[in-house]
Amino acid sequence: MATKTIAGKSIEVDAEGFLLNPDDWNEAIAEALAREEGIELTEEHWKVIRFMRQDFKERGQIPTIRRIKNAGGIPVQDLYRLFPDGPAKKAAKIAGLGKPQGCV
Amino acid sequence: MKKLLILGAGTAGTIMVNKLAPVLDKREWQITLVDQDEIHYYQPGFLFIPFGIYTRQDVIKPKRDFFPPGVEVIISPIELIEPDRNRVKLQNGKVLNYDILIIATGSHIHPEETEGLLDGGWRQNIFDFYTVDGACALAQHLKYWEGGKLVMNVVEMPIKCPVAPLEFVFLADWWFTEQGIRDKVEIEYVTPLPGAFTKPIASKYLGNFLEKKNIRLVAEFNTGRVDSTRNKLISWDGREVDYDLLVIVPTIMGADVIGRSGMGDDLNFIPTDPHTLQSKQWENIFVIGDATDVPTSKAGSVAHFESEILFENILRYIDGRPLLPDFDGHANCFIESGFGKGLLIDFNYTVEPLPGKFPLPGIGPYSLLEETRMNHWGKMMFRWMYWNLLLKGAELPIEAQMNMAGKRR
Ligand SMILES: Cc1cc2nc3c(=O)[nH]c(=O)nc-3n(C[C@H](O)[C@H](O)[C@H](O)COP(=O)(O)OP(=O)(O)OC[C@H]3O[C@@H](n4cnc5c(N)ncnc54)[C@H](O)[C@@H]3O)c2cc1C
Repeated sequence: MATKTIAGKSIEVDAEGFLLNPDDWNEAIAEALAREEGIELTEEHWKVIRFMRQDFKERGQIPTIRRIKNAGGIPVQDLYRLFPDGPAKKAAKIAGLGKPQGCV
Repeated sequence: MKKLLILGAGTAGTIMVNKLAPVLDKREWQITLVDQDEIHYYQPGFLFIPFGIYTRQDVIKPKRDFFPPGVEVIISPIELIEPDRNRVKLQNGKVLNYDILIIATGSHIHPEETEGLLDGGWRQNIFDFYTVDGACALAQHLKYWEGGKLVMNVVEMPIKCPVAPLEFVFLADWWFTEQGIRDKVEIEYVTPLPGAFTKPIASKYLGNFLEKKNIRLVAEFNTGRVDSTRNKLISWDGREVDYDLLVIVPTIMGADVIGRSGMGDDLNFIPTDPHTLQSKQWENIFVIGDATDVPTSKAGSVAHFESEILFENILRYIDGRPLLPDFDGHANCFIESGFGKGLLIDFNYTVEPLPGKFPLPGIGPYSLLEETRMNHWGKMMFRWMYWNLLLKGAELPIEAQMNMAGKRR
C-alpha cells in the first residue's frame, strides 16, 4: 500500500495507482487521474464516470463494460473511444473505484 | 412432504442428485430434477471431435443412465423461476413448488452477441467447438482443408474451460503436422487477455509453448465484430485480424431462464456466495457449476469440488445449522498440448497455477505446468472418470480443497 498526492490530497492507492477507498474520490481527483492516462475529460466521459459511481454505490460492484452498455446505455464502441486501451480498467481508475477483478 | 428441486441435469445437477438421493429421508423429502434435454453431453470431449479423435457418439449418453432411483425426473424446458414465491414454471405448463432450490443450468454460447458473426461465414469458414454440432461441422471442414491462416479467437471473458481454446491450437499444430501440411498453415491465437492465460505464471509457461509451436499470439484484442465478406475480425478499437478459417469461442452466458427470471448479472450468472454456494439474495436457493458468478474457472472439475461442499451445506441447511464457508475456488485442469502430451494446472481463488508436482495417491504424481505423457493420459482417462465416477457423485482420490504439497513458488 502506498499514498500518493493527487490534486493536492494525500490518498491511499494500490501498486497500479487505483484508489483503495472510493470515498476519497472527488472530481478534481478524476481530472488528475485522467490526465495521467492522457485523457482530457469531456461531458461524455463524465456520463460514464457518474454512471459507474452510482452503479457501484447501489450494487457494490465495479460495473463491467457490458453493464455500462446495458444499464448505462453507453455503446461499447464509445467506451473504447473515450477510454482507449482497456476502458473497463481505465474508466474504473478515473472513477476512483478499485481495480476490476481479473478473469479466471 | 418437503420438496428439493434441482434445475439442470448436466454435470453439476447430476452429481448433486446422486449425492443427495441416497441420504435424504424419502418419507420427508421429494427430490425433483428438471432438464430440457434427454442427452448428457461430455463437453470436455468436444475438443477432440474436430481432429477426428472422438465422434459425436463418444461424447453422448442418455441422461437417464445417471439418475438414482426414487427421484422424479421431468424433461421440459424451464420457463421461469419465481424466487420470491418459491416456485418454478415449466414450458409444459407444470408449476413446481420447492422448499430448497438448487440451480445448475450451466452456461452456453451466444454468437448473436457479436455483430456479423452469424452472417455468411458461420459454419462455412467460421466454427465453434463449444457445441457438439459446431465441433462436428468443424471436423468435416478440417478433413478437406488444404491450409491457410487459422485464427482461434476468444471473443470475451469469462468463458467456460478457459484452457480449451489453447488446447485447440496445440492440437491443431500437432494435427496439421500429422497431415503433412503444417508448413501450409499459419496459426494465430487472438485473445482479449494480456497473454496466453488468465494468471501470470501459467500465462508465461503457456506463452512459451505457443512460441515453441510457432503459434502467433495476438493479445488484448477485444472482438467488436466479424466481417465475413472480407474474412476479418475487427476489435472495438479498430484493429483488424484476417483469417481463412476462424474458430471462435463466442460470448458465454448463463442460461436464458436466469435472465428472464431477473436473477442474474449482465451475463446471466447468479450472484452466489463464493464459499458457501448459497444465493446472495435468497437463502433457500443454492447455485453450482457454470451458473454461478464465483471467480474461479467454469469447469467440470470445479463443479465436482463444489458438489462436496454444497452437499454438506444442503444437509446443514436442512438441519438449521450454519453453512460451511469451505469452497476455496479449487480448479484442476489437464491441458492437452499435442503429440501425445499434456500439462496440468491446479489452483484456487488465492493461489494461481504454479509449477511443481501434483501428488495423487496410487496414480500420481503428475507434473504441474510441464509437458508429460502422463498428463495426456490423465486427460484421456478423465472421460472414463467422468462417466463412471464423477457424475455418480463418487469420491475421487483428490481433495475438494486445494493442497500446496508439491507446488513451487
Ligand atoms: C469444449 C469444452 C471443453 C471443456 N473441457 C473441460 C475439461 O477439460 N475439464 C473440465 O473440468 N471441464 C471442461 N469443460 C467445462 C465443463 O464441461 C462444464 O464446466 C461443466 O459441464 C459445467 O457443468 P454444469 O452442470 O454447470 O452445466 P452443464 O453440464 O452445461 O448442464 C446444464 C444443464 O442445464 C440444462 N438447462 C439449461 N437451461 C435450461 C432450461 N431453461 N430448461 C431446462 N434445462 C435447462 C441443460 O440442458 C444442461 O443439461 C469444457 C467445456 C467445453 C465446452
